[in-house]
Amino acid sequence: MAAANIVVSETPLVLYALRRGDDALILGHRLSEWCGHAPAMEEDMALANMGLDLLGQARELYAYAAKVEGKDNDEDKFAYLRHVRQYRNLLLVEQPNGDFARTMVRQFFYAAFADLYWRAMMASADPTLAAIAAKSEKESAYHLRHTSEWIVRLGDGTEESHRRAQTAIDDLWAFTGEMFAVDGSERGLIDAGIATDPAVLQPRWLKTVTGVVNEATLSLPTSSWMQQGGRSGRHSEHLGHLLSELQSLQRTFPGATW
Amino acid sequence: MVTSAISDADLRQRAWAAAAQVVDPEIPVLTIADLGVLRNVAVHDGHVEVAITPTYSGCPAMNMIALEIAVALEREGIQRPRVRTVLSPAWTTDWMSEDGRRKLKEYGIAPPLPGSSRRALFGEQMVACPQCGSTETELLSEFGSTSCKALWRCKSCREPFDYFKCH
Repeated sequence: MAAANIVVSETPLVLYALRRGDDALILGHRLSEWCGHAPAMEEDMALANMGLDLLGQARELYAYAAKVEGKDNDEDKFAYLRHVRQYRNLLLVEQPNGDFARTMVRQFFYAAFADLYWRAMMASADPTLAAIAAKSEKESAYHLRHTSEWIVRLGDGTEESHRRAQTAIDDLWAFTGEMFAVDGSERGLIDAGIATDPAVLQPRWLKTVTGVVNEATLSLPTSSWMQQGGRSGRHSEHLGHLLSELQSLQRTFPGATW
Repeated sequence: MVTSAISDADLRQRAWAAAAQVVDPEIPVLTIADLGVLRNVAVHDGHVEVAITPTYSGCPAMNMIALEIAVALEREGIQRPRVRTVLSPAWTTDWMSEDGRRKLKEYGIAPPLPGSSRRALFGEQMVACPQCGSTETELLSEFGSTSCKALWRCKSCREPFDYFKCH
């Protein structure tokens, strides 16, 4: 049956493309959950549009992973036919939407990273990744601007919006460290000039985030303890529930097309 | 052979002309040539390959545009054309033709400000109203009805309008 989980040969380059593709797909799916529920019409469009950008990035990365792997897999199979432990995304992006402030803080932390990361990746020795980076960089920059404005509006808004934004920052902070972590598989790609070293970007990310958070009269936690696991498939309980919805059609009607 | 070289060039020209007529399904006053989405037409052994590039990664119009190109070329008698998506170099609003900018404005969409694609995190933009020309305008929503547009309002004539985002 087509609904069986696929087997993926995770060479470093395949794994790399899947990790970044999974970040984009899962975060994009989270944003799509807001469709029809956002606090204002304009923001409903904004969240769906950012989700669409991320979905587009995921497709490019999955298509490249499939090409590099050279097996029977394709972008749809990567999305619909891997189980939760086969997903390689950051724990940050799978965290539930919560209230609007939490969604914005999650998006802001990620966009501030993606903006720097994809800009650096435009210099990748791999021409396909460099091309994907050049598109993603522009989109991430726009997402960063949009979310930054919201962080300021929420933090420097009412007592309640301030409290909600600060709670979201405090709760999500422990998931930000994973963005800058590197394992052995990725180290080889970094040494070969194919991947960029995210750890190098950390001080600049912190500077951007600190600047916006200060302007918003909010503060960053002092705790430096960081939770990891997503990159090797050890996820929070939330991802399985997300996938059950994202994959439900292919799992119920294997191979369905329209 | 010389004859085949001439017919290849001729075929390429006919294919380009046909593809260049295809309009963006979401902004039907602009052709894909105006937008800079049409990147290249190549002929290999009598087979035509058209290269297009997306404005935004997730732009849902790309499938439709690819289909319309295939239909336009088939109508021109060019059989089984291939349409390929290229990502590099990444599309920018700077590629939009002058003619395209004029057509956009006439259609009621403010064209992207030239050469201003780079961000300022909290930067100010000055967008002129496509209806009355006033620069007394304000941003209503950074995201609009399609990936490539934002929603603005003119404070002089009070009309809301779309702005083609710089990218």
